[in-house]
Amino acid sequence: KEMYQSLDFSPPSLSFPRESLKLHSRTENSSKAAFLDHSETLWMRSAAAWRDGGLTGLLNEITNSHPEVPKWLSMSSGCILALLQWVSSFHGSLFPHLTLSSEDMIAEFSQVLNWSDCVVRAFAWHPHTDKFAVALLDDSIKIYNPKSATTPTLKHRLQRNVAVVQWKPLCASALAVGCQNCLLVWHVDPCSLSTRPSAGCAHVLSHPGHAPVTSIAWSPSGSLLVSASPMDTAMMVWDVAAESCVPLQRVGGGGVTFLSWSPDGSHVLASTPSALFRVWETRMWTCERWPCIKGRCQSGCWSPDGSRLLFTVQDEAVIYSLTFTNTPGPHAAVVVADLSETTFSTPDGDIIVGGEIQSLAWDPRGERLAVLLKGDPRAADRSPIIAVFKTRVSPIFELLPCGFVQGEPGAEPRLMQFHPNFRHGALLTVCWSSGRITHVPFYFLSASIPRLGLSGSPTLPHVQERPADFANQSLFTEFIS
Amino acid sequence: MIAASVICWRAAASIAWAVLLLPPSTAIFVILSKFSVLHPIQTISECFSMLTSATAIFSFILLCGVIIMVGFLNFEYYTVIPTIACSKIALFGQLLHPRQLVNSLVHCIMGMIVAWCSAVTIGFRYETLGHPCAQTDGYHQMCLNEYHLILLLGGAFVGFSHSLLGVIHNMNYVSFHTVQQYKYLRFKGCLPLVVKCSATQALYSVRNFIVVYYFLGYIPRTWICKTLNLHLGSSAHPLDSIAGLLDLSLLYHLWISATFLLFTWYITLLLFRIFLTEGYSFPVQSSFTEDADHCLPKVLTEKQPMILKFLALQDLALLSQHSPLRRCEVFSLSQPGGHPHNWNAISKECLSLLADLTQRLVAYHDTVATNGRAKSLSSGSERKTSSETSGTLISQKWLSMSANSPFTPDLDSPFMSPALRRLAAPVEQGSPWYGTVQSPHIMRRVPKLWSTSTDSQVNGSSPPSPASVPSDKQEPSKPSFLAQFLQNRREQVLKPCLKLPEASSQALFADSQAHIWALEGLSYLVQASFSEDQFGVVQTTLPSILSCMLVLQEAVDRHFKLPHASSKPVRSTSSMGDSTYKTLRFALRATLKTAIYRITTTFGDHLNAVQLSAEHRKRLQQFLEYKE
Repeated sequence: KEMYQSLDFSPPSLSFPRESLKLHSRTENSSKAAFLDHSETLWMRSAAAWRDGGLTGLLNEITNSHPEVPKWLSMSSGCILALLQWVSSFHGSLFPHLTLSSEDMIAEFSQVLNWSDCVVRAFAWHPHTDKFAVALLDDSIKIYNPKSATTPTLKHRLQRNVAVVQWKPLCASALAVGCQNCLLVWHVDPCSLSTRPSAGCAHVLSHPGHAPVTSIAWSPSGSLLVSASPMDTAMMVWDVAAESCVPLQRVGGGGVTFLSWSPDGSHVLASTPSALFRVWETRMWTCERWPCIKGRCQSGCWSPDGSRLLFTVQDEAVIYSLTFTNTPGPHAAVVVADLSETTFSTPDGDIIVGGEIQSLAWDPRGERLAVLLKGDPRAADRSPIIAVFKTRVSPIFELLPCGFVQGEPGAEPRLMQFHPNFRHGALLTVCWSSGRITHVPFYFLSASIPRLGLSGSPTLPHVQERPADFANQSLFTEFIS
Repeated sequence: MIAASVICWRAAASIAWAVLLLPPSTAIFVILSKFSVLHPIQTISECFSMLTSATAIFSFILLCGVIIMVGFLNFEYYTVIPTIACSKIALFGQLLHPRQLVNSLVHCIMGMIVAWCSAVTIGFRYETLGHPCAQTDGYHQMCLNEYHLILLLGGAFVGFSHSLLGVIHNMNYVSFHTVQQYKYLRFKGCLPLVVKCSATQALYSVRNFIVVYYFLGYIPRTWICKTLNLHLGSSAHPLDSIAGLLDLSLLYHLWISATFLLFTWYITLLLFRIFLTEGYSFPVQSSFTEDADHCLPKVLTEKQPMILKFLALQDLALLSQHSPLRRCEVFSLSQPGGHPHNWNAISKECLSLLADLTQRLVAYHDTVATNGRAKSLSSGSERKTSSETSGTLISQKWLSMSANSPFTPDLDSPFMSPALRRLAAPVEQGSPWYGTVQSPHIMRRVPKLWSTSTDSQVNGSSPPSPASVPSDKQEPSKPSFLAQFLQNRREQVLKPCLKLPEASSQALFADSQAHIWALEGLSYLVQASFSEDQFGVVQTTLPSILSCMLVLQEAVDRHFKLPHASSKPVRSTSSMGDSTYKTLRFALRATLKTAIYRITTTFGDHLNAVQLSAEHRKRLQQFLEYKE
């Protein structure tokens, strides 16, 4: 506690109890039946069906209202409908994720563990200041700024099921939000005292077929925004101010699920629902294909200089590394860490840690790597946990085990992010299943032997240190050849 | 000049590719036009025999000629700064401009040629204009084949409407993409859009054509019959009746040939745009003096052709972002003497571009602030001088798209208004960029710009047509009170219904792509200079860069407070016309903010050591605290 007081910056530790949120009890589609009256003419109903459901909606309407339409028409529309369904089911069998509903799809591909049940659905630090945005289960976004008393709440008609939020770099106000139907860019004036910015402050960016948006990434120079949807094989590159977009279409993979822009701006990682991911270079927008053996690429993060990519693959308990240098030549991904199940004996008893990885986060200086492990929902003693590694990028890449971050009993970590410019080391922000947001600081001096300065945030997380003899062992060291 | 020939080569290459793509598109057209569900095998064999026949080869050569002509017209009429009509009258004036009339006529003829080719290709009942028919007395004579005629007229109509829509949607405007891609990938990405656009546009054009033919179709028919001495056939229905036009096969063939026509033309246009806007890498400096003319600093300052200046600015923005080696050349010193000539030339040109925009915005704001009532009592002498020297510095296109509707006669040179003088004065003397940026060369630009646009406004139609120029000069310099009163009345009546909202704001930012690149180039170079600039050449200009950007930021902020300036236009995606220019002002505003932030984040508190006026320092502090 003293440590925080001695520093000039103390991020607020927040809590959002589930009961305090007013949740939607119904979806918009289900309310329709209560108001539907059948006195409308066939033409009106057909037009409404065309507007709401497109071609399939129209065909459905015609098929279902058979006393009013000629028999041949309802028959033929029924046939076309069956044919369409057959085609789409065939398409769905090629890419199984296409059969999911939008909400399930976001939950499946989100970086947040157990997204659909999560109170805090997305979190983003501002890249230059100490403010952050929190997207909640009730589809609102709150912005906290330690320097200001007002906490603006952003709500919009189209802002439903927020999957991801990110602040625009080199800008004080723009916040991009990826949600179920579209992409929104809010302009939240930092000097404004309003707590409810109007919907006019949000620009809606949408493109037919590009929904739900599960991942977005701003270019570090702040000029472009890329967005991805598992339903769309094209990745969109938006010029947000001009509201124009360039689709970058690559059919293989069947969609794009996760994006990550390297901090130096030169590459973008784009993973697909299939066992394949791409790394785009951003000068001429060409891509390298990287087929995986087992599953899809689940998460990835870049080293600060953009030369190294760490990524994880679904159903595998290892972290891979890829280097991007200017020298051409064959290169392959290297396993840098094996996180399969291990037992640790602690004073409180043995704990089992390891398994599949949900997400990765690398601190902006490249000295701490946080790994969110999924755990096993069936086994009581194997709850999700965050493992922290010490890393070094240059002159050689090194990865050392450092410790674990655990919440209070019953609270599971769901989402984590490093503060982009914490002066005293690294600051990991963790959102817990209980609706709490806490900050775990790691104090160290950069570019020297890092001292293990671990402490909990003012209240909660217990950080367990590994046994000393274990910690000194390097898990992975790259040798300069 | 070598760099200018690059443009010609690019245009030629795009036309060559369009011609090369003609055979596959023709083959697809032949298959689609002859396809019958009942006899698929027969269709294919027919298509093969068709494609190898002599008439097909002849019509193919004709089509190639048309494509080359279309490519040539694209090259002749393209512009990188869109012409924005600020009122419906001005748009009408654009449509009736002789240059545009020639364009429409040529397109009409080419449309007819393509339609003839497709008529020959489809064969069947469309093949010839006349056919022998038996009269009642058994005497054979030639009758008019109306199916052939309707196809030809349809082609002419589609060609004509294509050229009209080209003006309305600014189809000749070539925009640059923010995302660089290889030509093939860009072409592949745009192909579905082109197919969709040509199909829908053909549908609309055919619908309009059928309506026109239903009412006026008898005129060309009787005329053709009279001149070619053909007889009207005794066919069941003449085609300008409802029964005659409700022929599904005819409608399909009309639509498919219109689609084919538009598709080939759109492809030519698309290829032209892709080839023209491809990035070109200018050398930053050359060791030979004879090559100095096509080095980046030199090309940047050239005014004509505009496209070269744009390419150079694009190259500057790209090099400042991506290539450390070329940045190094920019920061280097000249070998004998040790002067940073490259950086000086580049920064000076960029700053003068930005200062020019600031002046424009201030002047515009000033006219609007006085509610457009500053009276047109300007001295005739100034008007004369300005019209004599018009259109040298900024392209004539910019001048023609005046900032106001033709019915605001009040747009007198705002340069003379005391309010502007008050606004411009602190810039002239107080700030550190006096002397570096505000060269008399730039200051001269303002009266020219504004008084010339007054000319065109008084004239009533924006594009100063050659025919109307003499009448301009004889205009009475002092309108009588009555005339003024009438003009005001007319303005009040006509303004609401004729003025296109926000068009004046669009016109103001029409060439802002150049400013966006200048801002990006400058800010990236300044950012890189933090670690790469060995001799500190950038430091000397940093105060002027910062104050120039801050002044522009202020002007842009004020502009966006005007009505209509911040309203977003409706974006139409299903059109070949490029509507990028409609949102350029938003892009400029965002780029400007990002550029200032880029400099402040890089330099941080070091900026406190930079010489700035107190007002600018205050403004900069807002940026340093991330409060803008």
